[in-house]
Amino acid sequence: MNATVAQLTVRTILGRRRALLLLALPVVLLGLSLIVRASVGADSRNEVTVHLLGAFALATLVPLLGLIAGTGAIGPEIDDGSIVYLLAKPVNRHSIVVSKLLVAIAVVSAFGAVPVVVAGLVLDGTTDRLWLGYGLGALVAGIAYSALFLLLAVLTRNAVVVGLIYALVWETVIGSFVPGAQALSIQQWSLAITRVVVGKRAQALDITASVRPQIAIPLLIVVTVGATVYAGNRLRSLRLTGDE
Amino acid sequence: MTVLTLATVSRWYGNVVAVNDVTMTIGPGVTGLLGPNGAGKSTLIHMMAGFLSPSSGTVLIDGEQVWRNESIYRLIGLVPEREGMYDVVTGWAFVLANARLHRLPDPEAAARRALDLVEMSDVSGRTIDTYSKGMKQRIKMAAGLVHDPTVLLLDEPFNGMDPRQRLHLMDLLRSMGASGRTVLFSSHILEEVEEIADTIEVMVAGRHAASGDFREIRRLMTERPHQYTVQSSDDRSLAAAVIADGCASAVELVGPSAAPSGRIHQAEPGELRVQASDHGRFVHVLPQLARGSGIRLFQVAPADESLESVFSYLVNR
Repeated sequence: MNATVAQLTVRTILGRRRALLLLALPVVLLGLSLIVRASVGADSRNEVTVHLLGAFALATLVPLLGLIAGTGAIGPEIDDGSIVYLLAKPVNRHSIVVSKLLVAIAVVSAFGAVPVVVAGLVLDGTTDRLWLGYGLGALVAGIAYSALFLLLAVLTRNAVVVGLIYALVWETVIGSFVPGAQALSIQQWSLAITRVVVGKRAQALDITASVRPQIAIPLLIVVTVGATVYAGNRLRSLRLTGDE
Repeated sequence: MTVLTLATVSRWYGNVVAVNDVTMTIGPGVTGLLGPNGAGKSTLIHMMAGFLSPSSGTVLIDGEQVWRNESIYRLIGLVPEREGMYDVVTGWAFVLANARLHRLPDPEAAARRALDLVEMSDVSGRTIDTYSKGMKQRIKMAAGLVHDPTVLLLDEPFNGMDPRQRLHLMDLLRSMGASGRTVLFSSHILEEVEEIADTIEVMVAGRHAASGDFREIRRLMTERPHQYTVQSSDDRSLAAAVIADGCASAVELVGPSAAPSGRIHQAEPGELRVQASDHGRFVHVLPQLARGSGIRLFQVAPADESLESVFSYLVNR
């Protein structure tokens, strides 16, 4: 972990209007939660909570935040060439990646996991532990998405497009038609965590995951650690060219 | 005393060869890397700075591989051509961050010294996106100098600087070279290199065209055959007179005037291309030869004064 790299990354991610963009998504979630809380009766509130936190928070909000934070932690610096000021230093490349990843995770937690917890509490209180299940699911998904999309930003200049295709097309569209595709889905892995936390009530509340937690947890770790290590290796060989 | 050594270095992108079999040694003092745009100067500097792997050959700094070797950045200071920086931070914060990344014992003092050196202390509280191009260039310099490197690599450092800033940077580079540091800067402007470089490496179309003392290369450039295009009332007779005088090594008639002079169509003037072997004598005697033969000169223009043609001449020697 390098504090200077982390500070510069915070300024890059939260600089200019990107912070507003990041803020928009949780504001929508919390706004919807308040509306649902006010308009839906107590007997069906937990069903609506599962639907809103599953379909909106875990399926859309967290992947998008992971994409913005993960690619934003390093992509703009590679694009405009300012990464050269980090790389022209006797600093371990893995430490640069880890510092940037921690910032991205902090951003996804603050703008994703924490609002999911708050939304869960607003919608359903503490009885079904949905706030904790989805909050933890959002946190682990945010970590894995951040690592994966940070790696993508090191590998390709089109990281945002590739990331969107993965998060929205692969996980959402293809996953709903091809059951096998769901096994390779961060969203499904995080839902497996949510199911574990919610416990026996998960079945009744129709919280489903395509993979078992015994598989989901190792896969989350492998993807997060693997993407981080590989990003560090690729950063060692990152080729920078001039305008020629 | 740090030495950069490039041994038979080539770099290609697919079928395009950007740098072709370059061997050179850059030692202490100021070295100018001269060449037209697209000659491969930036590619070469990126390989020297460890940001590009050579497709073949080796780049060493004091005998150590540069590629994938983070420790060399204790020695190297790099001033890239691209303007991308952390625009949302202040100049002070940016240079201080560079000092901290180098893990200097007193980063604040190092950042202050570097900002003073480039005369940016007064405006270092402003964010970088408010700086002019010349100011950004100087902040880049400060970031490259903050750890007092023994090797300084600068890619087109004078771009965007006003004349006063340019003179200041020239003084700075000269003094760094004089203090035994290895300073290499690229430029496509002959006069910049002439002003400060002790030695010069000329790149043309990816090839290492010339190397050595600037005065020697300047002499070669001055003494090269000069080409002129001439339009006159009788190009054919003028060509004969120029050849007879001996001040030109070759002449070529182009266009309608290649036909017998009496049949030249006024609206389609031809031209005479002259390769002057003795440039000084040619410009002196041409009017006399024309007057002596009763020929009117309409236009006399040097045909090859572009930097590219000067470089091409050096390559083809």
